[in-house]
Amino acid sequence: MALVISVLEQGMIYAIMALGMYITYKILDFPDMTVDGSFPLGAAISTVLISNGVNAYLTLPISFLAGLLAGTLTGLIHVRLKVRDILASIIMMTALYSVNLRIAGRANLPIYNYDNVFDNAFTDKIFSGGLKTVQTLIIIAAFMLIMKCLLDQYLKTKSGYLLKAVGDNETIVTSMGIDKGKVKILGLAIANGFVCFSGSLYAQQQRYFDASMGVGTAVIGLASVIIGLSLFGRLNLLNYSFAVVLGSIVYRGCVALAIRFGLQATDLKLVTAALFLLIIVVSRQIEKNGQRKVQKNLGTAKEEEA
Amino acid sequence: MIELNHIHKYYNPGAVTQMCLFEDFSLKIEKGQFISIVGSNGSGKTSLLNIICGSIPVDQGSILIDGRDITGMKEYVRHQKIGRVYQDPSKGTCANMTILENMALADNKGKPYGLGRSVRRSRIDSYKEMLSGLNLGLEDKIHTRVGSLSGGQRQAVALLMATMTPIEMLILDEHTAALDPKTAEVIMELTEKIVREKKLTTMMVTHNLRYAVEYGDRLLMMHQGEAIIDASGDEKRALTVEDIMGTFNKISVECGN
Repeated sequence: MALVISVLEQGMIYAIMALGMYITYKILDFPDMTVDGSFPLGAAISTVLISNGVNAYLTLPISFLAGLLAGTLTGLIHVRLKVRDILASIIMMTALYSVNLRIAGRANLPIYNYDNVFDNAFTDKIFSGGLKTVQTLIIIAAFMLIMKCLLDQYLKTKSGYLLKAVGDNETIVTSMGIDKGKVKILGLAIANGFVCFSGSLYAQQQRYFDASMGVGTAVIGLASVIIGLSLFGRLNLLNYSFAVVLGSIVYRGCVALAIRFGLQATDLKLVTAALFLLIIVVSRQIEKNGQRKVQKNLGTAKEEEA
Repeated sequence: MIELNHIHKYYNPGAVTQMCLFEDFSLKIEKGQFISIVGSNGSGKTSLLNIICGSIPVDQGSILIDGRDITGMKEYVRHQKIGRVYQDPSKGTCANMTILENMALADNKGKPYGLGRSVRRSRIDSYKEMLSGLNLGLEDKIHTRVGSLSGGQRQAVALLMATMTPIEMLILDEHTAALDPKTAEVIMELTEKIVREKKLTTMMVTHNLRYAVEYGDRLLMMHQGEAIIDASGDEKRALTVEDIMGTFNKISVECGN
């Protein structure tokens, strides 16, 4: 039970990050490594603010804004300085590592003795008795749903349509009289806002900041997006963002199982990477099978016509 | 009115491969005029369109729309008042969005793209009406992804999207070249209908000499950065495909082709 709860908790926190990566990877078609820096950026900001007595809830929007800034910088490097997409994001990721250390003041900052968004005087009043075990889970689910709905709503706006259009066909954005560079920067900003927000929640759930906690964030995010879309993307009942959330939870579950069956906690990143590789290969196979099925159906339909 | 004044354009300036495309090229386009442009590859047809749209800069000279100088204006800013349909049907639409979403996107051209809802229910009926004007049955498929439409259908939607909002100029860059002859005919008739209805100032580049003769009220033939034929009015009406073909062959011989 404890394992399931922990998988759900972490899966949903990472889901918010994965929603951000869905914007860059799937909508903008931009390989964004900035997330390896912006995820711990949220963690660093939150732990420092909380340990200085700032209200924990306030750290979430502040983290989101910091993420916006990080994404904007990656965008500016790519669009205005004309640096290739992946390079621009790696430059930003590397720079953020030091920025995070500067913000936190040291490589490891625990906040065990402070209130956080999951555990404070307010939540103690609401949750009591048996609900205590799922208190954190419920609060995480609430934040995750809020962020998911915000993204869903945003993608239905005029600005959201431009974002979808720029990943699809840059020419059309110019044709609409809009600077495509600005749209890309906006997309990167929002995506990293989500990632940084997710990092803030993660730090508060784990109750510490660690300088290396961002390593592999991009891989986790991409794995979640790819699992989500290839397993659940086809179900018409679910929209894409929900598929991404499920993908994130499934991925967390896989990692947890791998660790449980004999692998050490220190193997975590290896498991993360190996699973990601497995997912890429398997999802390609699923896609191929899907196409073969369609072709088969078309084939039989033609035979019937004949 | 659109004016190109003394345009100079070189490719690879300063290099050994320097090539002069336009030297002191000037052109005046009256409001509401429908110009068709023909010419061999490399004659400067598409460059001319790109210069007007701001896709490539000029080295000297100025471009004016209704007396306003737009020479230094950025490409995307110019496009707020220019509609453009490309040769490649995938360039004028978004493949992963539905017809409805594409039209909603184009409907907002020239206005800020803010946080308001993109698809407004009240507009759906007028989108359907515009689509039914195409006679392709697309009005019943508004929730279909544009990527799953045929090239001709996509081009028809692209044409509609380019002309939905008030524009000062319509640019057609070989927009029927990638289509089969039958579909090309349909798109050409649609183009004529839309251009006449909205009285759009139009520049159409085409390799189809028959279209150039049949459609439009002015014909330009480009050759080495100059308009060697510029016919309008009665002169244009008297032109035949054979006339143009004759000139075409003559210049080709001169070039040693």
